[in-house]
Amino acid sequence: MLNKKAILILIFGIVSLLFSWVPGAGLVLAIFTLCLYAVNKTVRSDIKSEIGRTLAIIAILVSICSLFYVIVLMPLPGNNAPAWLLSLRSAITNTAFYSDFENNFIAEGRYIYLLKGLGVTFEVTFLAVLLGIVLGVIVALVRSSYDTLKDELRGGFGKGVLAFFYKLCGIYLTVIRGTPVVVQLMIIYFVIFATSNNKIMVAVLAFGINSGAYVAEIIRGGIMSIDKGQFEAGRSLGFGYVRTMTFIIIPQAFKAVLPALANEFIVLIKETSVSGYVGLQELTKGGDIIRSRTYSAFMPLIAVAVIYLLIVMFFSWLVSLLERRLKNSER
Amino acid sequence: MNADNDVIISVKDLKKYYNGGEVKALDGVTTDIRKGEVVVVIGPSGSGKSTFLRSLNLLERPTGGTITFEGNDIMAPSTDINKLRQKMGMVFQHFNLFPHLTILRNMTIAPMKLNGLSKEDANAKAMDLLARVGLEDRALAYPSQLSGGQKQRIAIVRALAMDPEVMLFDEPTSALDPEMVGEVLDVMKKLAEAGMTMVCVTHEMGFAREVGTRVIFMDCGRIIEENTPEQIFTNPQNERLQSFLQKVL
Repeated sequence: MLNKKAILILIFGIVSLLFSWVPGAGLVLAIFTLCLYAVNKTVRSDIKSEIGRTLAIIAILVSICSLFYVIVLMPLPGNNAPAWLLSLRSAITNTAFYSDFENNFIAEGRYIYLLKGLGVTFEVTFLAVLLGIVLGVIVALVRSSYDTLKDELRGGFGKGVLAFFYKLCGIYLTVIRGTPVVVQLMIIYFVIFATSNNKIMVAVLAFGINSGAYVAEIIRGGIMSIDKGQFEAGRSLGFGYVRTMTFIIIPQAFKAVLPALANEFIVLIKETSVSGYVGLQELTKGGDIIRSRTYSAFMPLIAVAVIYLLIVMFFSWLVSLLERRLKNSER
Repeated sequence: MNADNDVIISVKDLKKYYNGGEVKALDGVTTDIRKGEVVVVIGPSGSGKSTFLRSLNLLERPTGGTITFEGNDIMAPSTDINKLRQKMGMVFQHFNLFPHLTILRNMTIAPMKLNGLSKEDANAKAMDLLARVGLEDRALAYPSQLSGGQKQRIAIVRALAMDPEVMLFDEPTSALDPEMVGEVLDVMKKLAEAGMTMVCVTHEMGFAREVGTRVIFMDCGRIIEENTPEQIFTNPQNERLQSFLQKVL
């Protein structure tokens, strides 16, 4: 029951954020969400409801902006607006800041560059993080298994295969961490996939492969940070190597490295900003295109920076919530 | 004394060398452990007693010698060591409970995953064992919420949940505050009285004398003297044992 309410608040938070651009609708939904949160004191400790509340607060801010735009700035058909509104409108529209803003974002629908760019940035980041975690876990497991098992395995085929992959992973880590990500991106786009024009796939591959190397070292560090006694306890109960890792070591290691992994995700959001090198129109490139059209650098670049900052702040906040919950389970 | 078929663990000429023989942690240990025995291993630090115990379930891989458990050579490539370890419960100095799992889950994870027990059966069994050590009210707590003595009692019943044939204790009271030693020794004593075969490495001479059926004194990787507790403590033969007992008693 308690859980259902928290999920309801989360869903309403998401919906109100989605509709926040609709003047009025988003505001009503968001306030309703906050009321739900305020009334149900029991769900306060639940992370889902806290996320819902924060989304609702963001939705309210966006709604106020859209309401402000519609009421004050948008020229309505006919001329029945009250005089004070018209004078407020002209007072705002006559400032240099507004004309700059209007020119950069509203004229010819230029905000679309930022919006679409943001979508591409998210798409590339999420897919690359998934690829990075998959690669990272595999590489970390190969490397730490070899370290643990090289004494236990008595030669033979299995050990040879493991040793081969151990070396391969070592080369991967050295090469990827030893070269700049922009160079890797360009090599993948201009050399390896020279015939393909799927820029998103190329960016996902480049950033995923790059991130995998860092994730691997993070996870390996996490596995090594777990007390050896945990491993011995698992083995002494009769679990084999794989099951000990799965049930005992990895859950603890994951918890230990979660902040570092989340940090890697946040780094990756910002890192994708170099995708413009291969012509992918993500957020930074979007701002850059606006700059090249309007010949004004301040507005688009500051807007891009602010958007990155808000995203990073939001995800950092999410991570701190998650960390808090993981800590709770240990107490 | 006992028939050979009572022997559960048979150790022959066990050796464990480090650095290519420079350090000899175990230097030819031979002994048999029979059903129902409580073997207490004593000796100074670095005498190899922990290495000996940890070799019995292959947490340490010996350099030489043989160990047979219920007639199977545990070091043979064809032996499934994981199966054998299920029959050898182990209790560690530092408890090694799984901090990310509740007490109940700590005790049920191995029986459920390895013996295929249903959740209900595993839980019922765990609660039964918890009641035996007086901790049934802590079933849903996490290990970090328990005292050292409670953790060690949980570690003992966690091992017991697998129905082992032998219990190995590696200095189970050495990391405990003095006032918590008693509660753990009580559990071990009850276990011994219930007929469990036990091998204990410990510094608790009182326990060795009272509960042990046989005491092994080790030094420099060898068994120096091995006898009933009475003989060891009242009539030690070897002078190293005599000086050791003088220091610890």
